[in-house]
Amino acid sequence: MAKTMKGVLGSKLGMTQMWDENNKVVPVTVVQVGPCVVTQVRTPETDGYNAVQLGFGAIDPRKVNKPMTGHFAKAGVTPRRHLVELRTDDASEYTLGQELGADVFEAGTRVDITGTTKGKGFAGAMKRHGFHGLRASHGVKRKHRSPGAIGGCATPGRVFKGLRMAGRMGGDVQTTQNLTVAAVDTDKGLILVKGAVPGPKGGLVLITSAVKDAVKEASA
Amino acid sequence: MQTLDPVDAAVLRDDIPEFRAGDTVKVHVKVVEGNKTRVQIFQGVVIARSGTGASETYTVRKVSYGVGVERTFPLHSPVVEKIEVVTKGDVRRAKLYYLRGLRGKAAKIRERRDNSPTSGD
Repeated sequence: MAKTMKGVLGSKLGMTQMWDENNKVVPVTVVQVGPCVVTQVRTPETDGYNAVQLGFGAIDPRKVNKPMTGHFAKAGVTPRRHLVELRTDDASEYTLGQELGADVFEAGTRVDITGTTKGKGFAGAMKRHGFHGLRASHGVKRKHRSPGAIGGCATPGRVFKGLRMAGRMGGDVQTTQNLTVAAVDTDKGLILVKGAVPGPKGGLVLITSAVKDAVKEASA
Repeated sequence: MQTLDPVDAAVLRDDIPEFRAGDTVKVHVKVVEGNKTRVQIFQGVVIARSGTGASETYTVRKVSYGVGVERTFPLHSPVVEKIEVVTKGDVRRAKLYYLRGLRGKAAKIRERRDNSPTSGD
């Protein structure tokens, strides 16, 4: 499947609101993007596939280990904290050390945003899986938020694997698809995306072209 | 939320007069009918201001044909052409939700004199 993907790394600043051309309120998430640098270009000849590797974020060079220092030196850039690889067919159009900023995307385009969700700790079945719990009265005692029964007795005589129960919630990598770019401020390096974006303020997010747009173009 | 103040600054209006709960205001609202726009005036008592920055709102209450009508506007909404402060009210609360239960003379708000020693004026 031929597809060209664009992408840029950034950190989430928070949410606010703005007005669209119909004077309706648009809730937006502000993402401070870039500057990202191209640290590696993968080609079918050397790696077997097309991709670009992007670096983002400042890091103390003393904290970078020797192999990674060599990797950054090869690209001719200062070390970066985060690296991410983006599969795209037009990888050959990128050059090592090239800088990417907010101008990668323009207002109105649809994007996917990947981030790490806020950790919720050990959460019960109601919060974690949306269970309804038990009722408030009619004999229910001290079990109002419990998940209820988790299986039969002698048949099957065990609890099925993968049964949804209480446990660690959040802190997962999550991609929110088909968000619309509401506005782009290239001077300040800000991208304003309509709607919510996974992760806490200050969290790392990866903005890429919408996968479903690429699928639609391929089938058209 | 100070991080986003520069972002908010782009949508903030600077032609908002100073007003607070208890004041009577005329809100000039742009109404789109088909392809025409006209201005409708909503006059009433400000019973609440809420929020900060770009998302600040205010609620205006009026009694129309015996029915209480409340509208909440975003303070910086471009739909509002202008806000006129008609009278300043002398009230002791920031939120005047108690007006909903009052009618007629009981719901009247005393006018605030500028030389009166009310705080925050």
